[in-house]
Amino acid sequence: MNAKIAILLLMGLPAAVTAQGFAGLGIGAGGFAVPQPNYQFDFPADHGAHPDYRIEWWYLTANLRGPDGTSYGLQWTLFRSALRPGEASGWSSPQIWMGHAAVTTPDQHFVTERLAQGGIGQAGVTSEPYEAWIDDWRMAGAADLSALTLSASGPTFAYEMKLTADGPLVFHGERGYSIKSAEGQASYYYSQPFYRISGNLDLPEGVVTVTGDAWLDREWSSQPLAESQTGWDWFSLGFDDGARLMGFRVRQADGTAFSSATWIEPDGRATSYPDGAFNAAPLVQTTLPAATVPTSWRVRLPERGVDVTVEALNADAWMTTAVPYWEGPVTVTGSHNGRGYLEMAGYDTK
Amino acid sequence: MIRTTLGALLSHWWRNPLQAFTMIAGLAMATALWSGVQAINTEARASYDRAASAIGQGRFDQILNHDGTTVTLTQYVALRRAGWQVSPVIEGSFQFGGQGFSLTGIDPLTLPRDIAGGTRVDLADLAEFLSPEGLVVVHPADVNVLTALGTRLRSDPSQRRGHLTASVATAQKLLGVQEFTRLLVANEQPLSRPTLAAVAPALVLHNGQDQSDVARLTDSFHLNLTAFGLLSFAVGIFIVYGAIGLAFEQRRPIFRTLRTLGLPLVTLMGLLAFEHILFALIAGAIGVALGYVMAALLLPDVAATLRGLYSAEVSGELTLRPSWWLSGLGMALGGTAAAASGALWRLNRMPLLAAAHPRAWAAEAQRSVRRMLRAAFGLGTVGLLLAMFGSGLNAGFGLLACLLIAAALALPFTLDLMLRGAGMLARGVVAQWFWADTRSQLPGLSMALMALLLAMAANIGVSTMVSSFRLTFVGWLDQRLASELYLSARTHEEAAALAGYLEGKVDAVLPIISIETRIGGLPAEIYGIRDQATYRDNWRLLFSVPDAWDRLNRGEGVLVNEQLFRRQGLAVGDQLPNQGDMVLGVYGDYGNPAGQVVLGLSTFRARYPDVVAMRFGLRTSAPQRVAADLREKFDLPPGAIVDQARIKAMSLEIFERTFSVTTALNILTLSVAGFAILISLLTLATMRLPQLAPVWALGMTRRTLALLELLRALCLAAFAGLAAIPLGLGLAWLLLAIVNVQAFGWRLPMHLFPVDYMKLGVLTLLAALLAALWPALRLARTPPDRLLRVFSNER
Repeated sequence: MNAKIAILLLMGLPAAVTAQGFAGLGIGAGGFAVPQPNYQFDFPADHGAHPDYRIEWWYLTANLRGPDGTSYGLQWTLFRSALRPGEASGWSSPQIWMGHAAVTTPDQHFVTERLAQGGIGQAGVTSEPYEAWIDDWRMAGAADLSALTLSASGPTFAYEMKLTADGPLVFHGERGYSIKSAEGQASYYYSQPFYRISGNLDLPEGVVTVTGDAWLDREWSSQPLAESQTGWDWFSLGFDDGARLMGFRVRQADGTAFSSATWIEPDGRATSYPDGAFNAAPLVQTTLPAATVPTSWRVRLPERGVDVTVEALNADAWMTTAVPYWEGPVTVTGSHNGRGYLEMAGYDTK
Repeated sequence: MIRTTLGALLSHWWRNPLQAFTMIAGLAMATALWSGVQAINTEARASYDRAASAIGQGRFDQILNHDGTTVTLTQYVALRRAGWQVSPVIEGSFQFGGQGFSLTGIDPLTLPRDIAGGTRVDLADLAEFLSPEGLVVVHPADVNVLTALGTRLRSDPSQRRGHLTASVATAQKLLGVQEFTRLLVANEQPLSRPTLAAVAPALVLHNGQDQSDVARLTDSFHLNLTAFGLLSFAVGIFIVYGAIGLAFEQRRPIFRTLRTLGLPLVTLMGLLAFEHILFALIAGAIGVALGYVMAALLLPDVAATLRGLYSAEVSGELTLRPSWWLSGLGMALGGTAAAASGALWRLNRMPLLAAAHPRAWAAEAQRSVRRMLRAAFGLGTVGLLLAMFGSGLNAGFGLLACLLIAAALALPFTLDLMLRGAGMLARGVVAQWFWADTRSQLPGLSMALMALLLAMAANIGVSTMVSSFRLTFVGWLDQRLASELYLSARTHEEAAALAGYLEGKVDAVLPIISIETRIGGLPAEIYGIRDQATYRDNWRLLFSVPDAWDRLNRGEGVLVNEQLFRRQGLAVGDQLPNQGDMVLGVYGDYGNPAGQVVLGLSTFRARYPDVVAMRFGLRTSAPQRVAADLREKFDLPPGAIVDQARIKAMSLEIFERTFSVTTALNILTLSVAGFAILISLLTLATMRLPQLAPVWALGMTRRTLALLELLRALCLAAFAGLAAIPLGLGLAWLLLAIVNVQAFGWRLPMHLFPVDYMKLGVLTLLAALLAALWPALRLARTPPDRLLRVFSNER
């Protein structure tokens, strides 16, 4: 899942980075490891944490439906952000963990977050058995991620979910080496977009039993964005014919954008598209208390005949977390019909 | 035209610089008193907020180990992983560079989001805060000593002196400890989580609200100060009202001339309003500056008072806060507007050619006396209605305001009655003339006298309240700290060992044993006490049944504190809602927000067999020796033994400071009032020549006339003073018995201090005498030709 929160994390957390903007993400700064092409993934170890890289996430989004047909969106994310490379035990650990959980309904958006320092057992990820946790929130299960349980809770909502994968892992870019800018900034990036998910949402109105589809992103890097990049718009769309599309555009300060996309066949075969192939243009802007964001888009991937309108289920899916952004479920209509998730970062100029 | 008119209007002040000075000085002093008190209050409150947010006490629930020891990392992580939103805190102290420092270690990542102030670490500072070398936040004054500490330092003026904040890791390193003093419990918790007992059975939850909530206690002190500030302001406004009124009367000829020259009434009124706004702004600015100086001088004393009284940390340094200087300017403008509205209204209704005649003015004033009396009755009725049907703090303050203003408005009438009475008793021409003339002067002096009345009433009220507070509090200290030494154990084993060791070595060991509970839904504490003379001799019961102590020790009932008693609407002999215990007696428990129930020790032990006493009061004739012996034998930390005599001495010292604050404020208000008299007399002096000249012509010397003037000022001040005593006592009663009960749930007994009132009376007379001295001297030195000229003039 793309540049995503990385930039925000990095802007938000270490002081040096804040002062220098994105320039602070330079190669080798602080001794962090840097993604290289032709990386050989090593599973299940790579499902776990990579403390030598500056940022990493376990990012799950789901499109759900209740017994009455109501649509819901669900988010469960664990971010890792390192102040310094490597891990140490106890309170001297340089690893900061951040959890975001959200549930979106057509007219409400529930958000909560957790923060923890590494090294003391309050948050972390182990690969065998697979468990990613912060406080009482967990994503755990089979070492190959084929079957998981998922839970999170906040002051106003909670959820308990079961997930089963219906297809293989999908690698973005060049076999998982995903380029983010013309200057060559990159990350390791793979997904499991084929989860079937079911469980209970505990909302103020009561408990809702839901089923749907979920998408897990795994990504780590040390320098995801170039200095000139101001934010990004990221789409994960599932079409009714079983195909899936991941596309993002990283916005440049000069008004242009760097784009990238992966077309995923129903059986999991993936094709990557370089900068320029994927196109997303805002149709409708919505002004929220914190920022004005586009909540309806025209999304095109001409090489696959995709020309769709992507619309937010709930325009006010603003994440009121310490690092703020927009993240919510969307519906897809046009050349293809379906649903998916949209993330927009770098709009909070206020 | 406007410029010329303004010049003509302002020329009055050039010709009467003294009057201009009065206006500005009166308003400036009023603003100074108000904004000074406000400054002290805001500063103190800001300090509590910082302190409260720094330690999170009072605002957040706490989790502690049940035996008073530390909380382990395992327990902390277990709670977090069970969903409990808690945050670890390490507290300790260490010596560095020959100085003692207290250090709080926090985890910025889990610190409750709604914690305020400097403790909240900016995410941007996180990397530095959590770096291996560590970052310590210190008060600027501590930077030099700590340079060699080996960590990075961040100087922050909001940090308390001698107190440091750092990360958990840095605190562990500096203090040489691994575990946590306590856990803060965030106010926001997830939808469901297991109970504390299920996750960490050794830990106990302390409710943040029923711990000693510093802000609530200190509110009592601030309430008093605020009341004082308001009273002082009222005094100042009366002065301004007087000054504006007099200037208005004196300028009637100017108004008349300007109007006959064709100046529209609207323009004239607009210009006068402009003039008053100008005065208000100048005086307001001076007043705020003076208030700042006053607050800066008094704040260290106030800070010391609060620190000692309630352990509330106040920095003692003043920062310029827009909130209070803006409120000062606002009060100056509002006060001037209130004072000037009457004059402008009269101008609006004044016939074009109305004569500027003092006698006519006096006649008009007679009518206004009756108007004021009616207003006083109206306000009195409102006050009465408030007293009967109102409830809450605002009603208390409303009642206070009604009482004061009504009394002030009724003063001219009261004085008039007194003077008329004196006139009837008078024998001889001179005496009769004296009283009649005094009566005729009353209208011109009434504003100044009202100011004096309010100033004296405020002084009497506030001194009575502070002194009552002092007596009560010291008595309460005697009662609650009757033992010579207080001893705290760290563990159950240590408690048992200490109790065993002390048996026979001291006169009595009094276990202090209690549990926390809720009675009627509100937090309360239940204590068990041993049957011992200490309690019978020292605890004063406010209400009780006969033989209350014997019956308590026989287990026939309980004693409750006043808070619980009033909150639950109990009566002696009633049964408590929880256990059905009979209330045998009620004791005063000042400053404690929680309810308290006292049981006999045996009853307590039977009911709560698991509770072990961790604290003891020791009765002994040699506290120093016992304390030294205990420290040596048990390796006790410094805070484990508390010498009662020291606490008491400290408390008394604090009260002395409170007194110095009150005395300073008292003298200031009195001076303001005295000043008002001076100005009124000076203004009257010029207008009175036509009345004095005939008396002089009849053979009374200027010297005698001047002496009579002095005597008159004294008489009027004395009469006002007589009226001020009941008013001041009423004020004190309202503050102690109504406002305090509404605000804090306990009533302070009122004590009377006649000697203090006498002193105040003498001071008042002295102020009046000083004020009258100069006008009298001027009269004595008036050249005879000026007196003669009165007869050559038309009037």
